[in-house]
Amino acid sequence: MTPALIVFFVLAALCVIGALSLILQKHPIHSALSLIVVMVSLAGLYLLLGAEFVAAVQIIVYGGAIMVLFVFVIMLLNASAEEHTSFSKLAKFGGLPLALALTGLLAAAMIRNGGALPNSPNPDALASTSSISMMLFSTFVYPFELTSFLILVAIMGALVLAQREKKA
Amino acid sequence: MVPTQYYLILSAILFGLGAVAFVVKRNIITIFMSIELMLNAVNLAFVAFSQAKGKLDGQVFVLFVIVVAAAEAAVGLGIIILTARNRRSLNIERVDLLKL
Repeated sequence: MTPALIVFFVLAALCVIGALSLILQKHPIHSALSLIVVMVSLAGLYLLLGAEFVAAVQIIVYGGAIMVLFVFVIMLLNASAEEHTSFSKLAKFGGLPLALALTGLLAAAMIRNGGALPNSPNPDALASTSSISMMLFSTFVYPFELTSFLILVAIMGALVLAQREKKA
Repeated sequence: MVPTQYYLILSAILFGLGAVAFVVKRNIITIFMSIELMLNAVNLAFVAFSQAKGKLDGQVFVLFVIVVAAAEAAVGLGIIILTARNRRSLNIERVDLLKL
């Protein structure tokens, strides 16, 4: 067992434990903290894959910005632990087996077809940040500009949605 | 060297757990977090394929997914605040206006 494989299994275990904890925790703030564990260990996996830039963005944007936004909203709304409502019959007998079947199907497809993929011989030479930026500003320049427009629309949408209604 | 399938299987497991959380959870915020979990699972598959193919397109796509997720989080949390203000509850069982 190589060191890389050991690191992979530790990080993968952290990911799965965090995701399970997200499901099992009753209080939303505990779920949010579990999700942060998942995201940070995913950043570690990206480093293991040789994608340093994606790992840094994962930590800064997901672990930093998005999760802070979640925690902020949880505290703003003073969210309490989940109420035990009647677990809907559709979710129990339809949703859960279907979701488990989806996992099994995806994993089976990955096992069967993923084996044909060769490993890149030299992952370190692949993912330099400068080549990502060259690609981002040449091949993908139009989608990149579109994302800036998308963010502008999202800012305005969030402002319009969250502002207090004026007394008419 | 970790085989690519391991990453893909982990990605499938995370996506499935996200789907289960989406179905099982009753709190709007937690449901929203499970969507983020599924997006993260897809990102992992993107990066794994990018490494396996030796091309960077996958990593650029991950950046786009992250940007869209950030925009979605901003708008979605705005909607959640609005719903919580109108319904006085974060339980989705209470948000049933469109239910027959």
